[in-house]
Amino acid sequence: MNLDDLTRTSGEWLRGTGPESDIVMCSRIRLARNLNDFPFINRASRSEKAEIETHARGAIAAATESLSYVELNQRSKLDLQFLVERQLISRELSSADYPRGVAIGAHENISIMVNEEDHLRIQAMHSGLSLHDVWERINALDDQLEERLSYAFSPQLGYLTACPTNVGTGIRVGVMLHLPALVQTKQIDKVFRALQKINLAVRGLYGEGTQAFGDFYQISNQQTLGNSELELIRNLTEVVPQIIEYERTARQKLVSERRQHLHDQVSRAYGVLKTAHTISSEETMHLLSSVRMGINLGLIDDLEIPTVNELFIHTQPAHLQKLQGTTLEVDERNVARASYLRSRLSNGRHSETN
Amino acid sequence: MKCMKCAKVATFHITDIERGKPHEYHFCDDHARQHLAPSAEVADKQTMSDIAKGLIGTASESIQEPASDDQLTCPVCHITFGEFRSTGRLGCPHDYEVFRDELMPLLENIHESTRHTGKTPRRAPRDPKQQTMLIQLRNDLKRAVAAEDYEMAARVRDKIKSLEIELGR
Repeated sequence: MNLDDLTRTSGEWLRGTGPESDIVMCSRIRLARNLNDFPFINRASRSEKAEIETHARGAIAAATESLSYVELNQRSKLDLQFLVERQLISRELSSADYPRGVAIGAHENISIMVNEEDHLRIQAMHSGLSLHDVWERINALDDQLEERLSYAFSPQLGYLTACPTNVGTGIRVGVMLHLPALVQTKQIDKVFRALQKINLAVRGLYGEGTQAFGDFYQISNQQTLGNSELELIRNLTEVVPQIIEYERTARQKLVSERRQHLHDQVSRAYGVLKTAHTISSEETMHLLSSVRMGINLGLIDDLEIPTVNELFIHTQPAHLQKLQGTTLEVDERNVARASYLRSRLSNGRHSETN
Repeated sequence: MKCMKCAKVATFHITDIERGKPHEYHFCDDHARQHLAPSAEVADKQTMSDIAKGLIGTASESIQEPASDDQLTCPVCHITFGEFRSTGRLGCPHDYEVFRDELMPLLENIHESTRHTGKTPRRAPRDPKQQTMLIQLRNDLKRAVAAEDYEMAARVRDKIKSLEIELGR
């Protein structure tokens, strides 16, 4: 697979379609699976890891989903970071140094990491709030892989994983939410505390330990043992609409009480993005977040949500360097980022590029 | 490490509690077998996984002493409970059996449950004992090669091959 081809497109999950997609960027489920006749990754030798990869590739090739396998061992740092930015692999997998890889589905709805913390980390993502569709798809793929692979499974403890926090279903059910109004009205901590009480985890855009970025937050289950997959999905499906409601209320409050201020903030953000000549990644995320909310509130009418979604990803360091076809230092990246933003935002109404 | 009773590689590391004191033994397969079932004519019929079970028994006896939890070792992947405690990662699926008594309270704490109620693999799972044995045999092979005991290595490799054929690999 030629990764450069990916620079011209973006994942389906950025399209901004699907239910509640003004707030729910995407729904995502991952399953942790291990082969029964190999040690977990931290105890597996290099040759065992290579064997695990061979078995996994065989099963992946036989699945009906069309998946392209990318071996990661020979890839440049830039390629690895590019895949991290696209949410196709984790930082942990990108920084490892042994036989490993990722299988990527058409439209980037599916990715299967091989030899991450577990032998397989299967992930499915769809735009908008659509956890049941995502589950059906990933469940079917899991069944197909299981026809060729013998998973480590115990009747009492379920799917056995390298870390006991994932044992049982091995599932993480999550949604990525855009919550700028809750952040601005300083209610976000209250929401997080409430979520933690019902055992839901909150993470940033790039998972564990990453700071919320562009006001995106991932809400997901923490417990994997004791409840079935569908129960865990139902939990989230019940809670997420409440958070969406809070965010909408906070947005309306901003509109009714501080309309001028809000309009000013959104227009300035848009203005800076359209005209800056050097801009950091952090500032870009921050301003894009305002613009995204502005579009959803009808304050900007010549820009589409999918374009903004895509810009969150395409303005990141590895993406910029891929788009430019050369490695760039920080200062050069800031100039390239501003130039890219100007070109994407300068011509009136914009639509997605893929 | 070599077996305490012969020149072979020690593949079993056993901690027995004798008169309240832990005693460590390092044996090859054969001497481990003798040590664990000294009186019976265990001979060649006894499978490796039976020995593994014996070891788990021995291990759980020793957890009477809380301090020795960390020494508890999985006979398959050789990770100790102490290593798990410091890294948070287990070494192989068999660890869930070996460290069962230690892990259950942890699982209860994390998940508020110790029983899976979700999806089960569609196919009848292959014999888990044989699967575990494969991991262990591959380990034995590594050790035999490292110790330049090529006779042993050849034997282990034959066992791995026949087991893999049996399991349809």
